[in-house]
Amino acid sequence: MRVSLEEVTKVFDGGVTALDGLSLDIEDGEFFALLGPSGCGKTTLLRTIAGLETASSGAVRIGERDVTRLAPGERDVAMVFQDYALFPHMTVADNIAYPLRIKKVGRAERRAKAADTGASLSLAGLMERRPAQLSGGQQQRVALARAMAAQPTVFLLDEPLSNLDARLRLEARTFLKKLQHDLGVTTVFVTHDQAEALALADRIAVMESGRIRQVGTAREVFQRPANVFVAGFIGSTPMNLLHGECVAGDGEAATAWGHQVDVAGVRLPVPEEIVTELNPGDKVIVGVRPEYFAETEDGIGGQVEIVENLGTTSLVTLTTEGPRIQVTVPEGREPAPGTTMHVSPQPGRMLVYRADDGELIDAP
Amino acid sequence: MSPVELLRRIGFYVFVAVVTAFFALPMLWLVTAPFTRNPSLSVSWPDFTLGNFKHLTDDPNALPSLYNSAVLSLWTMLITVAAAALAAYALSRVRVPGRDGILYLLLLLSSVITGTAAMVPIFQLMFKLHLLDKDLGVILVMTGGLLPAAIFILKDFMDSMPKSYEESARVFGANSFQVLGHVVLPNVRPGLATIAVWAVVNVWGNFLMPFLLYRTPEKQPAAVTLNNFYTEGGQPNLALISTFSLLYSIPVVIMFLFVSRRYGFRFHGGIKA
Amino acid sequence: MAEETGLLPQRSLGGEVPGGGDRRQGLAFVVPALVLITVFLILPALWTLYLGLTDYRLTGVQAAHPKVVGTSNYTHALGDKEFRDALGRTLLFVLGSAIIGQNILGFVLAWTLRSARRWVRTLVETLVLLAWILPGVVVAWLWIAFLKDQGGTLNTILHTPGHDWWFDHPMGSLIVFNVWRGTAFSMMLFAAALSSVPPSQLESARLAGAGSRQQLRDVVIPSIRGHILTNTLLISLWTFNDFTPYLITKGEPHGASAVLPVYIYLTALPGERLGFASAISLIMLVINLLLALAYIRILRRRA
Repeated sequence: MRVSLEEVTKVFDGGVTALDGLSLDIEDGEFFALLGPSGCGKTTLLRTIAGLETASSGAVRIGERDVTRLAPGERDVAMVFQDYALFPHMTVADNIAYPLRIKKVGRAERRAKAADTGASLSLAGLMERRPAQLSGGQQQRVALARAMAAQPTVFLLDEPLSNLDARLRLEARTFLKKLQHDLGVTTVFVTHDQAEALALADRIAVMESGRIRQVGTAREVFQRPANVFVAGFIGSTPMNLLHGECVAGDGEAATAWGHQVDVAGVRLPVPEEIVTELNPGDKVIVGVRPEYFAETEDGIGGQVEIVENLGTTSLVTLTTEGPRIQVTVPEGREPAPGTTMHVSPQPGRMLVYRADDGELIDAP
Repeated sequence: MSPVELLRRIGFYVFVAVVTAFFALPMLWLVTAPFTRNPSLSVSWPDFTLGNFKHLTDDPNALPSLYNSAVLSLWTMLITVAAAALAAYALSRVRVPGRDGILYLLLLLSSVITGTAAMVPIFQLMFKLHLLDKDLGVILVMTGGLLPAAIFILKDFMDSMPKSYEESARVFGANSFQVLGHVVLPNVRPGLATIAVWAVVNVWGNFLMPFLLYRTPEKQPAAVTLNNFYTEGGQPNLALISTFSLLYSIPVVIMFLFVSRRYGFRFHGGIKA
Repeated sequence: MAEETGLLPQRSLGGEVPGGGDRRQGLAFVVPALVLITVFLILPALWTLYLGLTDYRLTGVQAAHPKVVGTSNYTHALGDKEFRDALGRTLLFVLGSAIIGQNILGFVLAWTLRSARRWVRTLVETLVLLAWILPGVVVAWLWIAFLKDQGGTLNTILHTPGHDWWFDHPMGSLIVFNVWRGTAFSMMLFAAALSSVPPSQLESARLAGAGSRQQLRDVVIPSIRGHILTNTLLISLWTFNDFTPYLITKGEPHGASAVLPVYIYLTALPGERLGFASAISLIMLVINLLLALAYIRILRRRA
């Protein structure tokens, strides 16, 4: 089922604005991530869809139905909480059957359905245990099974992987993606971990202080962050954001690319498609991921300060006359600290943001 | 072992012996007299007769008064637990400034307004409400006194329960009463048991309120009846008093053992169990 | 006090209530308890205030038409020798049996039993606890029998037949009785407090060469000071309101063991002077209030 939010604002009793006129459309069957730093309002947004919080203004729709004022139980959604919220006094079977108990399904049918759902998530041998006797991964599957038993039109997952230890997390991630794919039910999840969002979600909404800063596929969000906030948030190593100024191109550059951007005394070509958007004198921020810098002879020069080994690559931090720059280099190509290195963005991998509002300068 | 240490050891055992004697001696009578033929006031080696227990059935008030005590205790317990559970749940989930103040005020009230300090107006109030000499009167007064502390204790238990349990039930469509019955109450069962036992023990042992509010001997609970046994004129019937005291004490001891075994001893803002 | 509690339902309306925003439901949850507390706990306390201003009596003209006599009951009470004696006896009772007796014996027991063998510890704790949990009427009778002049166990042990302890030393006997009755609470509270003293502190004191008395003075007492204060206030409050002395002595002989609760009862019911008894009750309520306020201050500071 499609979930749409229209101008949703949530102001808490204390006067804190958690959601600020936020609009969003989540398509039917989509695996959708709400991503942002803590306090950005992503959990409040999820709880507003669930009905655990009521929007101060605006509308929440699930399918064609306006659910803004409906109680949580009337919305046909199921939620898996960060701590799973399994009832400690009930067995796994009773936990999974709980949504059916509320719907007044008979005991025998309840047990049969719970057994089926449990079996589909490989919980068959654990049905008579208490939650406290289960491992973290098993608890998560019970919570998922319980949500599935409710046969909701939308699944809501609050930080679904955060309570698992690192090794288990990857396994659970794969499992979750497959499960969502198999069920095909619209699923919205909240996470603060950008890697998790990139790996799982069909589309991601990146949030900051109650607003959505960008919505897009993992590729869009990763390759073309819409603003410096998203640029700095997405990626396992943060994007380099270098202050610069647009200058009129000189010499050969003038005819070849038009304007150039001056960063730390080095002139970089402005991407062709946005040349018309820039005028000499404009203050800009140039964004380049460390992975997209290449070593060149006439690039920005800096002294190698630190080399951090990331496994297959190494992250090199350079001190230049201007800002610090981080660059990844392939295995075996690490420079020695103290040596000088020149780098420039790979063609087509440089993003230009306006310095005043931090928005990406895009083709008209 | 050095002499100093030896002395210390001896001192310790002397101390333990004296303390044991001090606490045990007055209680010995309670376990020897019921089983002694023609018991006296003094502790003596029992001859293990059960003949004294016949006095319990001979006396018209003895066994009925134990039944009265049970009725009073159970009703007070039920009302206290029910009202406290509802109130504690609401208070535990309400986000209001000043809520803690209210709770402390409640605790303050229950410890300040004791039966002894308020016996005169309580007697008056019951007289006006035509509740003198009625079970309901004693039950309500006891409940009013027990409730604040009961709410305080239960709220503690409810506060420590994750909110996500209830929210999860609500998302599945449970209403308030279902949330309370399916999720909250089962999770605070130790708290409910504590309050229930505490209420029963309090009512079971309370003398002042029934002494104040009952007129008819047949309605009086065990505490008042036992007091009558030893204050009535003439030679006290020691066989009756000793067996009745024992029978009357056993439930309290059992309940105490139950709670301390099952849930361990806890201090709840200094509630006397 | 009623006025402040009256705010409760309105205040709770402001927030989120259980069950998903139905505010009336949250209110409905609080109402039963609130009504019971208001009618059967708060109302009597307020009534004390009013009654204390009247010449209310149990029978006679003043029973049907009590007259407001203003503060004369209070001035009378404060000047009354019987009242002042009863108050003095109560303070002696609280000081001797609770503040000194239960506090010190409770602490000593907790401290010495800490390192005692398991069976010794269990034996002593069980006995002390039993004295605390047995019904008041039963322990009252046990102590009447224990100290009885003719045939009492104590006289048999001490070879002092015929010595009437309750008649000759009513207050002293009551104090000993109440130490016996109430030490359990202090013992358990101190035991809990002592187990919360970090062992590393004791060890570093020992390493510095402190003997057990110095450890007690320099490490233990300072770190459980809050518990001592809490304990003292609570047991004082309870002892101050204890009605068990009535069960033992009925205030006899000639009022020599009439602590305040007993004095109020004797004045109000057998004595039929409800107005005057209410005035004394109010004085008692005020003292209770001061003790409880002090206690709550400590509680909140620790929380």
